[in-house]
This record gives sequence, structure tokens and C-alpha cells, in this order.
Amino acid sequence: MRIELQKRPIASRLFSAFSPFLALLLTLVAGAIMFLILGKPPISSLYTYFVEPLTDTWSREQILVKATPLVLIAVGLAVAFRSGNWNIGAEGQYLIGGMFGAMLPVLFNDWQSPLLLPLMMLMGMVGGALYAFIPGILKARFGTNEILTSLMLVYVAQQFVDWLVRGPWRNPQGMGFPGTKSFNSSAVLPELWATSDAHYGTIIAIVVAVIVWFMLARTTKGFEVAVLGQSPRAGRFAGFDAKKMTLFAFLLSGALAGLAGIAEVSGSVEKLDDKLSLGYGFTAIIVAFLGRLNPLGIVAAALVLALSAIGGEAAQITLQVSDRAARVFQGLLLFFVLACDTLIHYRIRIVRPRRHISQGVA
Amino acid sequence: MKNLVIALAASAAALVSTAALADGHAKTKACFIYIGPTGDFGWTYQHDQGRKSVEAAFGDKVETAYLENVPESAEAQRPIEAFARSGCNIIFTTSFNYMDPTNKAAAKFPDVKFEHATGYKREHANVSTYSSKFYQGRYVQGQIAAKMSKTGVAGYIASFPIPEVVRGINSFILGAQSVNPDFKLKVVWVSTWFDPPKEADAAKALIDQGVDILTQHTDSTAAMQVAAERGIKAFGQASDMIKFGPETQLTSIIDEWGPYYVERVKAVMEDTWKQQDVWHGMAEGNVVMAPYTNMPEDVAKMAAETEAKIKSGEFEPFTGPIMKQDGTEWLKAGEKSDIGTMLGMNFYVKGVDDKLPQ
Repeated sequence: MRIELQKRPIASRLFSAFSPFLALLLTLVAGAIMFLILGKPPISSLYTYFVEPLTDTWSREQILVKATPLVLIAVGLAVAFRSGNWNIGAEGQYLIGGMFGAMLPVLFNDWQSPLLLPLMMLMGMVGGALYAFIPGILKARFGTNEILTSLMLVYVAQQFVDWLVRGPWRNPQGMGFPGTKSFNSSAVLPELWATSDAHYGTIIAIVVAVIVWFMLARTTKGFEVAVLGQSPRAGRFAGFDAKKMTLFAFLLSGALAGLAGIAEVSGSVEKLDDKLSLGYGFTAIIVAFLGRLNPLGIVAAALVLALSAIGGEAAQITLQVSDRAARVFQGLLLFFVLACDTLIHYRIRIVRPRRHISQGVA
Repeated sequence: MKNLVIALAASAAALVSTAALADGHAKTKACFIYIGPTGDFGWTYQHDQGRKSVEAAFGDKVETAYLENVPESAEAQRPIEAFARSGCNIIFTTSFNYMDPTNKAAAKFPDVKFEHATGYKREHANVSTYSSKFYQGRYVQGQIAAKMSKTGVAGYIASFPIPEVVRGINSFILGAQSVNPDFKLKVVWVSTWFDPPKEADAAKALIDQGVDILTQHTDSTAAMQVAAERGIKAFGQASDMIKFGPETQLTSIIDEWGPYYVERVKAVMEDTWKQQDVWHGMAEGNVVMAPYTNMPEDVAKMAAETEAKIKSGEFEPFTGPIMKQDGTEWLKAGEKSDIGTMLGMNFYVKGVDDKLPQ
């Protein structure tokens, strides 16, 4: 017996629209079951997880801080995914972007100038774009599988940044701990308001999301992305160049991941250290799909994922569940998002074994 | 999407609101930030044993909570503050590089008491620091190593070149040289507190270089397990690791945090908590040696005697004559190191076959 996926002639519009909500609901149900198994009261656990963090300013700020890199990365990924380019290596581009942007304050620690921050952001985008260019050009020129190359480059980036902050860039006064010197104040993204942890990266992320939304929805470029993504053949007839699109998709998603990296480095960490890679580049893939590859949907989805991360910490504190529980939630969410999407577009068909059929013929 | 979550959860909130308020207000809440998992069977495991001692000592009057795997980076700030906001009265942050986040949080929450393990910054009146004289146990281990080693070389898996770690290395080699003046020590820096595969790799590398005794300043049992596989002897770290090397462990330095944690939580309850900097050792029961196993009786006897002498204060490992690695004299015969030099130790003594990372 074999199980096959058969494309439905028409996908239900109703379910297409509700798919993310359905996935969220299923995640909550599965989460409740998980808490039951862990011996925790499920409803109040879910409350701690998903509501309590929304009830005070401090937690809301933390959610904004967490959501910021997710929005930036996922918006770029949405363009790549829509155009049929599977950039799975945003985590690496995020790291290299952070590293490129940090280059200025690390190498010129005393340099203070109003130009510094814009330059750092620009450098971050350049770094991320250059790093994404590698899988991009490999795909466009040689037809390599971009899923593999972009993913593998994540590990290269992780090791490289790790080496930098333990070796040549290590703070000489840092007692041997990996990490550069702390940046001076003109290399730090300002806070949104005094004594806040939220920084201007959040504003940048929202502006970027709106711009990319506009590009996708209202410009020829956006049309080109959609056509080439849905039907490369039709795109060719329309005179669109799929190879150029591949490069565009990788450069754009890489630049935004790099921007996320330097925004995080400059706004939150205030130095480059070995703990920059927290998996934002991978979580952003969940965010992109949960947001239906729509930049505005992505802003909402990033807030949900950030909420689950902050709620996960709250749950550790008040419920004493392991930090793994938060990751299980994220995994469940992606699983249900993809499963719902798949089942909306395909139906499951059970194929009888061939032996049976041939017997019938004989 | 967010609205859906709010709506869903709001209905849930209505169901549980009474239960959430049922918490007693009189309870003292003690909270712990851990660098590794409580199941590392080393450093974090021992701190968690200390937390359990607090629960055992005060029962209903106390509530405890902990967060594990909190990275030593800017990411530590949020969990520490989350603890302070969740009503913790006292927060123990149990790794060196929580130093700045702890002090930053202390500034924001003046009513919460902070206790930072192994650090030296007390920037606010509500921050205390505490540590143990682990180096006392290292000296005993050095003596045992020199007696037990056939190659005359021991291996040391080190984490970060902070004074606490350097002090341990120096004390170990001084103990070894008191038995065998030509004893050598090889050091591998792994730049992590807890990373079992990395610790295991370091152990293998050291064994391949000919060491036949292993000791470590990292948190997992990986090195002990490698030593057991390769048939050499090793010292446990932070906790009794005999289960992971029944025929391998010679002894282990056991960190006993329980008495200190109980004392400090009690001080919060009785409103007598004051800022302090505490450095206890064998005499106070904070540094305990695991049973001397897998060694001849005379070696065990020697170790026990040294332990007793350190405990009674009759002997102090950092007593001259001691030469620095570069050949200059550090302490004259009979001279004892001052506390400042010990706390800021940033040099090797003679016999360490390694260059101290700067």
C-alpha cells in the first residue's frame, strides 16, 4: 500500500485564507496535549505562554526586539520563495551581515560620527548580499541546488564568525571570553524611548516590510516575481529572465538578512560575540510561511513567533518546563502550517499495491 | 493572528484567573540562572542541588525557580530581568560572565537581592558575590596525579583564562611538583563551559599527546567518559562523577552550594541580607573531596593528610618558594600569596607546558 498526494483541481479559498489560523489553533491544541503529558495544567500553561507576555510593557518591548530580525529576514525570504528561489541560508547571511557591519566599530573603536550608523547598516546589507550571492550565482550559472549550498554556507559563516570573535577580533580586556570590545555609543542603534530595550531596528523593519509589500503588490518587479515563481515557462514568454531573478532574489533576501544581523548586533548586543546565531534565520522561514509570504502578514507572524519565544521563557519561570518546550512549539507551528497548506492543495490518496492490480488484469 | 491568540487566550484567562491569584504572598522566592542544563552532572547540577537544599530547608515558606542553558551574552539580560519581575526576592546568577547583566538588572530592581557566583563586580548595594576556593582541592589532585602518573604528564581541559581557572591550574601543578619536581602539565583551552563533544575532543587530544591523568575545568562528564574508554585515570569536576568512571575517577572536587544558598535565603526572609563578598573553602565545607578511589592506600592516605592540613589552615597551596613560568621568583620560601594576587591571577607558575592565552 502506498500513500500519494494528488493535486486538488481547485483549492478551497475559504481554507486557504484560514490556513494560518487553523495551523495556530492546531498548535495550541497540540501544545495543550504536550502540557498535559508534562503534568502541567494546559489552559493556564497556554495562558502563561501566549497571553501573559502581552499584559505588560516590558514583555511587549521584548517581543518587539525578538520580532525585529524575524521581520527583516522573513520579508526578504518571502520575495525569494515567491520567485521559486529557496534560500535556506538566511542564518549565514544574517551572521555575515552582522560581521560586516561590526567591522567599522571593531576596527575603528574610537570613531564617532553621525555617519557611522548608516554606514554600518549599509555594510551589513552588503555583507549579507555578498554572502547570498554565492548560492545565487551558483544556481544561475551552474544550476546547483540552492537549498543545499545556501544551507551549507550557514555552517561556514558560523565557524568563521566564531573564529573571528575568539581570535583576531577578541577583546584584549575580555578575560579570554569570545567577543569583541563593546561598541561606543555612536555605533549603537538608539532606543525607541528612554529606558526601553526596543531600538530603532524595529522601525527599520516595519518600513522595509511596507516597501517590499508595495514592490510585490504594485510594481512590475512584483509581477515578475510572481510570474516566474508560479510558472517559469510563462515568465520566459513574457520576456522575464529567470537567472536574473535568481540573483535578484538572493541579493535582496541576503541584504535584508544582513541588515537584520547588524541591527541585532548594534541595537541589542552592542558588540559581536559568539552567541549571535540564535536561529533567527531558520525561524524566519516559519515566519515567512505563516505570513503567507506577504510582508504585512509576516509582521503579524513574526510577532506571534516572538510571543512564543518570550512566552516560552515565562513558561520556564512560572511553570518550570524546559527551554526545549518553546522550540517544540515553533516546530509544531511550522509543521501545522505546512501540513494545512499541503492538504488544502492536495488530497491524500491511498494507492493499492500493484500486485493486486496485475492480478485483476490477469 | 495576534488577535486570534488574544481572543483564544482571553477566554482561557477567564478560566484560570482565580488559580493564578491563589499564590501566597508571604513566600520568599529564590531564583537561579544556570549556564548549562541541570543534568550536566557537573557545575550546574551542583547549583541545582543547592537550590533543592533551599527547598528542603524552608519547605512551604520558600518557592524556587530556575532557568537553564542561559547563554553568557546580552541574551542573559532578559531572563534575569524576567525573574526580577516575576517576584523573585533573591536571584543567584551562577556563571562568571553573567557579571554585567547581573549588575545592570540590580540597578533596575533595587529591592531584589542579587548573588553572582565567581564574579567581582558589586556595583550596587543589592549585589553580592560568592565563590569557593576550588584551588585547594586542585592541590590535593596534583599530588595524587604525580603519584599515579607513569608518564609524568597530566592533561588539563580549561575553559577561559580567567583568574579562577588559572589559579586552579597553578595549584594543581604546585601540588604535583611537591611530589615530583619534574612533573609537567599540558593545557587545552576549549573556550566553553559546557560542550560535551568539544570537551571529549580535548580529552582525546591530550591523551594522544601522552598524558595519563586528566583533569578539567569544564562542566560535563565527557572527559571522564573518554578517560574511562581509554583506560587512564581522571578527576571529576564540580560534582562526584564516579558513576561515569567507576574505575577511572581518582577523586573529585565537589562544590557544596547548599549551605550558602540556605544562609542567604534565610537572610532575605529575616531581612538581614547585606552585601558581601564570600570566598569559602574546605574549612567551611564548601569545597569537599569525593572519596579517594582507584589508588593505592598510601596515595589515598597522603591525599587525606593534605586535605586535613588545608582544612585546618595549617597549609596553604600558594606558599613559597614559587617560581613563575618565566623563571622569575613570585614567592620567597615560606611567604604566602596575598588575596589580591590570588583573585587576579594572570600568570602561570613553573612547569605548566602552555602559553597563557592573553
